[in-house]
Amino acid sequence: MNDILSGTLVRLSAVDPDEFSKAFAVWQRDSEFMRLMDSNAARLGSQKDSQKSLEKELEEQQLHQHGFTIRTLAEDKLIGDIGLYVVNWSGRDAFVGLGIGERDSWGKGYGTDAMNLILRYAFMEVNLRRVTLTVFEYNPRAIRSYEKAGFRHEGRLRKLLHRDGKRYDELFMGVLRDEWMELTQ
Amino acid sequence: MFGIATQLFEGQDIRFGPIDYDKDPEIEAKWTHNAEFMRLYAVEPARPISAAVVKKQYEKLEKRMEEEKNFYHFMIRAKADDHLIGKAEIQRIEWTNSNGQIRLGIGLADDRCKGYGTEAMKLLLRFAFAELNLFRMSADVPEYNEGAMALLKKFGFVEEVRRRQALERDGRRWDLLVFGLLKDEWQSQASA
Amino acid sequence: MRDLFRGELVRLTAEEPELRAKQEARWARDTEFHRLADSDAAQLYSDKKIKEWIEKNFEDGFKPDRYPFSIRTLDDDKLIGFLGLWLNLIHSEVWLGIGIGEREYWGKGYGTDAVKLCLRYAFMELGAQRVSLGVHEYNPRAFRAYEKAGFRLEGRTRKDIMREGTRTDSLWMGILREEWMQLQNGGQP
Repeated sequence: MNDILSGTLVRLSAVDPDEFSKAFAVWQRDSEFMRLMDSNAARLGSQKDSQKSLEKELEEQQLHQHGFTIRTLAEDKLIGDIGLYVVNWSGRDAFVGLGIGERDSWGKGYGTDAMNLILRYAFMEVNLRRVTLTVFEYNPRAIRSYEKAGFRHEGRLRKLLHRDGKRYDELFMGVLRDEWMELTQ
Repeated sequence: MFGIATQLFEGQDIRFGPIDYDKDPEIEAKWTHNAEFMRLYAVEPARPISAAVVKKQYEKLEKRMEEEKNFYHFMIRAKADDHLIGKAEIQRIEWTNSNGQIRLGIGLADDRCKGYGTEAMKLLLRFAFAELNLFRMSADVPEYNEGAMALLKKFGFVEEVRRRQALERDGRRWDLLVFGLLKDEWQSQASA
Repeated sequence: MRDLFRGELVRLTAEEPELRAKQEARWARDTEFHRLADSDAAQLYSDKKIKEWIEKNFEDGFKPDRYPFSIRTLDDDKLIGFLGLWLNLIHSEVWLGIGIGEREYWGKGYGTDAVKLCLRYAFMELGAQRVSLGVHEYNPRAFRAYEKAGFRLEGRTRKDIMREGTRTDSLWMGILREEWMQLQNGGQP
């Protein structure tokens, strides 16, 4: 059975509370990263707080959460994280969240590779039928990457985000298992 | 058959051992990153975990063994250099019905064709029948796990139930097979 | 849209923990019932203890993989049994456990009606790909009811139950989504 955790540029690996919270504490200081990833106000948190909540999350091993760290294949460097959050088992749908904290790793195809891996995992291992994501209108790089991965535009929450005195839309995108299987054939 | 002088946990090239909290978490964490192994060993989605989390799982495991008293977990170690090869379990023991379920996994593909599985199965079954005094053992196997099916058949397990399309993986459904072995069946092939 | 919880003879309900516990404690005294329904040793627990378990199971709210129900008759609204569904979410498999505690309601179609109702719920609302169950070899009445509802025998685990000095098999049954769909379109079980 094929190795579903390895891609062409990156691999999906375990979230180690200690290692990840240390890395995230650094990434959090990059407010551009935070504003691209999170709709809540960017904030700074201690590594300890982050580690505590991660440890608790991992201990509970929830069935609806499938989170991974992203590591480069070339250098085994931790560059970000990606995860599925099942919200509706009847509909077999999950939200996917992706964040590449290492700036030097932006624009190199790592995000797209990680997204391809998580979609394969979602459809071939968790047996979901669709995956949803939200992305901010001011993040064109991510939008293009998601389109390439097979996501289609499904709608937008108008003027949801309020940053730098302007209002922006939050876009909803989705991909169905059937579409994805055809795409990757 | 066997007298009490026979060692329950010593095989030829392998032995059963307890958890080694210093050495084992790293190794088992690596196995969880190997989707091939995880998909053979478990029907839950393959989930890579860190050594720290493995350690916590070990603690929970030992606590459960102590409290619930209906399962046994063994680590499989190579006798030559003591390295961790895999794990073996007897679970879901129903004492009033004298039955239980076995589970066996060899972490690395390279370790899988060396006869370790056969030796481990021998120890596991002897423990189940001659020490726990169970009457029958079952094993659940997805139809795609030919290695496991071959090992079970070698020991005389009989395919008893075909749970049709019970699993989904890689975009299709698979049957889950239930195998069973009774004490007298084990006794006759063990002495052979 | 059909009422998911209403059949022809019975309806599925959620009862208050106190009432559920009282009934279950009473039914537990009928060891023939217990031995037909379960494989663990018969036991007697107080209403209080059973109520504690029921409430503890609900401590963290609804669980996405557990659907417990009680069964009431439509004509006299009597609480006659329980029905539990356990979901394997990853593989879309639903396990069914049912027990009619009130003896006078055995062999009259109430159980079959509850099972049919639950199959509809599993396939049409829970999105199941298959529904599974286990039944004792010494419970032919239940086996027939399941067969009538469309379940097929998939095998037997030999001699896995020991009672009264006798070893018996457990029978394992399953119904696939496509099979159930065909039955709705007039196919025969």
